[in-house]
Amino acid sequence: MTDLVQKEHLNFYQDKQGHKGIWAWLLSTDHKRIGLMYLYSIMIFFLVAVTLGFLMRLELIKPGKQFMEPETYNKLFTLHGVIMIFLFIIPGIPAIFGNFVLPLVLGAKDVAFPRLNLFSYYLYVLGALFALSTLVIGDGAADTGWTFYAPYSVKTGTNVSLSVLAAFILGFSSILTGLNFLTTIHRMRAPGMTWFKMPLFAWSTYATAWIQVLATPIIGITLLMIIAERFFGIGLFDPALGGDPVLYQHLFWIYSHPAVYIMILPGMGIISEIIPVFSRRRIYGYNAIAYSSLAIAFIGYFVWGHHMFTSGMSGPARIVFSLLTFLVAIPSAIKVFNWIATMYKGAIDLQPPMLFAMGFIFLFTIGGLTGLVLGALATDIHLHDTYFVVAHFHFVMFGGTGFAFIAALHYWFPKIYGKMYNIRRATTAFWIMITGFMLLYFPMFIAGFRGMPRRYYNLLPRFQIENFISTVGSWILITGLLLMIINLFIGARKGKKADKNPWKGLTLEWQTDSPPSLENFDEIPTVKEAPYNYKS
Amino acid sequence: MFTNVSNFTQGVDTAFVVIFGMCLVFLIGITFFLIYFALKYSKKRHPKPVDVKDNKKLELTWIIIPTLLVLVMFWVGYKGYLPSRQVPADAINIKVTGMMWTWLFDYDNGKKSTNLLVVPIGKAIKLNLYSPDVLHSFYVPAFRIKEDVVPGKNNWMWFQANELGDYDILCAEYCGTRHSYMLGVVRVVSENEYIEWYNRDESASADAEHIGLQVIKKNACIACHSLDGSKIVGPSFKGLYGRSITVETDGKTRILLADDEYIKRSIYEPNADVVEGYNKGLMISYKDKLTEEEMAEVIDFIKSLNE
Repeated sequence: MTDLVQKEHLNFYQDKQGHKGIWAWLLSTDHKRIGLMYLYSIMIFFLVAVTLGFLMRLELIKPGKQFMEPETYNKLFTLHGVIMIFLFIIPGIPAIFGNFVLPLVLGAKDVAFPRLNLFSYYLYVLGALFALSTLVIGDGAADTGWTFYAPYSVKTGTNVSLSVLAAFILGFSSILTGLNFLTTIHRMRAPGMTWFKMPLFAWSTYATAWIQVLATPIIGITLLMIIAERFFGIGLFDPALGGDPVLYQHLFWIYSHPAVYIMILPGMGIISEIIPVFSRRRIYGYNAIAYSSLAIAFIGYFVWGHHMFTSGMSGPARIVFSLLTFLVAIPSAIKVFNWIATMYKGAIDLQPPMLFAMGFIFLFTIGGLTGLVLGALATDIHLHDTYFVVAHFHFVMFGGTGFAFIAALHYWFPKIYGKMYNIRRATTAFWIMITGFMLLYFPMFIAGFRGMPRRYYNLLPRFQIENFISTVGSWILITGLLLMIINLFIGARKGKKADKNPWKGLTLEWQTDSPPSLENFDEIPTVKEAPYNYKS
Repeated sequence: MFTNVSNFTQGVDTAFVVIFGMCLVFLIGITFFLIYFALKYSKKRHPKPVDVKDNKKLELTWIIIPTLLVLVMFWVGYKGYLPSRQVPADAINIKVTGMMWTWLFDYDNGKKSTNLLVVPIGKAIKLNLYSPDVLHSFYVPAFRIKEDVVPGKNNWMWFQANELGDYDILCAEYCGTRHSYMLGVVRVVSENEYIEWYNRDESASADAEHIGLQVIKKNACIACHSLDGSKIVGPSFKGLYGRSITVETDGKTRILLADDEYIKRSIYEPNADVVEGYNKGLMISYKDKLTEEEMAEVIDFIKSLNE
C-alpha cells in the first residue's frame, strides 16, 4: 500500500518500472518516454539533413565547382530529401507529440497498444539505420532524388534498393502508429469527451492517422515493385523490360500526395491549440476546423496527378486533377481565416509558441498561395520541376510543418520537462529564423520563375544573385536554429521550474503535473465543457 | 514578362499575373490582420478578451468567395494551357531524342543536329519526344513550354517562335550525374536562313571533320566520353586505342588490350566489359544505331586521337 502511495508522486522520469539506467528508456512502453525517444532520434536526423542542405547551398553559392563533384551533389540532395521527408517531416509531429501529448489531451493513461507503440519506434530506428547505411556501403547513397523515379532508379549503380527498403520499413512504422492513434481516439477519450469536445490537435491527429493507415500501404507495394524489378528483372517500370515509367509516378504520388497531408495536418492541429490559448479566446469555428481536417484528408487522395502535368498524362486527366487541386485549397484557407478570427478581440500574449504559430500562418500562407500558381495548368507547365516548386514546398513543409513543430516544442516544453526555457532567447531565435528563412527560400521563387530547374548542380550564371542570397540566408537560418536548440537544451537542464499550467491552457494535459506521472492523471478527469472555453 | 517570344508566353504570363495577383491580395490581407490583431488586441492594450460568437454568414462568405476565386484561377490556367495541346496540321515535325546527357534533333530530310534546334520564325513546330534511357524533360523557359521525355512513350509538344534569337533548352527532369549539363539552344532564324541550313549537307563540304567524329557527335558520344583525356562519366577516347585496360567481365576482373574488337564490343554491348572505376548500366547499346561502316570510321577516329 505505501508503495502505491509513493508511486503516485513520482513523475514518469523517476518511475522506471523496475528497469535500470538506459533500459528504463529502451524497454519502456510509456507513451511519454517513447515520444521523447522519437524526439531525440528525429532531432539527430533533422540536424544531419540540415547539414546536408547547408553543404548543398554552399556548393551553389556561385557558378562552377566549389568543393564537390556532381555525383556528390546528387547524393546530397537525395539524402537530404529522404531524411527530411521519411525521417523528419512524416513521422515528426505524430510520433513525437502524438505520442507524448495525445493521451494527455484525451485524458487517457496511455495509447491503446503500448507495446505496438514501442515496436513502431524500433521499426523507425531500423528504417533510419538502413537509410543512413547507404552512405557507407557499396557505391554510396542513392542519387535518384527522394522520388526514386524509374527507370533511372532501376539503372543507377548506387544503393537504391537499400534506401527503398528503408522507406518500406519506415512505412510500416507509420501504419502501426496511425492504427494505434485511431484506436486510442475512438476508445480512450475521457468520460464526457464527445467527438466535438475533443481538442483540435486530436482531430488533426485522427485525420492524419487515417491517411497513414490507408495510403502508406501503396508506397510499400510500389517500393517492393522496384525491388522486384532490380533483383528479378520483372518489367514493371523500366521500358527496356516492357514496363511503364509513368505507372511508377502514379503509384508514387498516390501515396506521396496524401503523405503531404500527413506532414501538414498535425501541424495545423498544433496551431489550432496554440492560437486560442495565447489569445485567451474560444477558437473561432471549431466545427469548421475539425471538418476541414477531414475534408483535406479526403480530397487529398484525389489530387496526386498535379505532380505529373508534364509527364504525358492525357489532356482530360490533367484538367480534372487541376480542378481537384484547387478544391483542396479551400479547407486550408478556412483554417487560416478561423485562426485569424480567433485573435480578434482576444488578449494576445506574444509568447514564443504564439510567435512561431504566427510565423507558421504567414509562411504557410505564402506556401499555400504559391501552390495555387502551381495547380493551374498553364503556369505549372512552365514552373514544374523548377526552383519555384522547391521554394513552394519548403514554405509549406518547413515554414508550415517545421514552424508548427517548433511552436509545439516551445508550447509543451514545460509539460515535458517541468522546466522553462529562456523566453527572450527563444524570441530572438524566432526573429533570426524567420529572417533567414525568407532570405533562403524567397529568392528561389524568382529563380524558378526565371527558369532555373531543380536538382541542378551546374549553376547557370544568370541565376547567380538569387542563389547567393539563398546561401547567405541558409547561414542566418541555421544560426537561429542553433540558438533555439541551445536555448531548449539549457532550459531542459537548468531552466526555472515551471508550474503545471504556465500558459493557462484549458485542455486536459495542463491539469496534470509537469512532468506527468507514469499514468498521467491521479484520477481520470471528466469533461463537461467544450475545449478552449475562455470566459470573458 | 508579356513578351511574345513564343505563341504561349502571353497565355501563361497572363494566367500567372491573374493568379498571383489574387494570391497577393489574400497574402496582404492575412498578414495585415495577423499583425493588426496582434498589436491592437495585445494583452497590454486589450486585457479583457471578448467572446465572439461564431457567425454562420461570415463563415459561409469565406468559403464561397475563395471557392469562386479558385475556380477563376483554374479557368485561366486551363485557357492558357489549352492551345499547347492543339497543334496546327501544317506544323513542321522534328524528332527530339533526349538521352544522357544530350539533345539530338532529327529533321524530315535526314538532317541531324546535336544540342542545337534550328527553327524558322512564325512557323508551328511539333516536337516528337523520344528517350532511349531514362526520363528527361524538354524545357525552354523563354517559350514557357515543358514536356517530359519518357522512354517507351511518344510524348509531344509544339510551339511557334515569334522572335529571332537563341533560347536555352534545359533538362527539367533529373536524369543522373550530368543532368544540369544537358543544355541546348533553340535558334530561331528567318525562313530563308532556315531553308538554307536545312538543305546544307555538312558532311559534303571540303574541310569536313573526320567522318568518325561526325558519327560520334551525331550519336552524342561526347556527352560522356571526352576527346581530350578528361574524365566525364565514361572513359575518354583520347589515348584509348592500344592501351591495356582493367575491366570487369561477369563479376571478374581482367586486363584487356583496347583494340578494334574491344571498342566494337563496348559500343554494341556496353555492359559486357565495364572499365574499372566506371558504372555499369549507364550506356545503352548502339547495336541498331551504328552501321559496320560507321563503326569502322569511329574506330579509325579514336585511333587518330593517339597521334
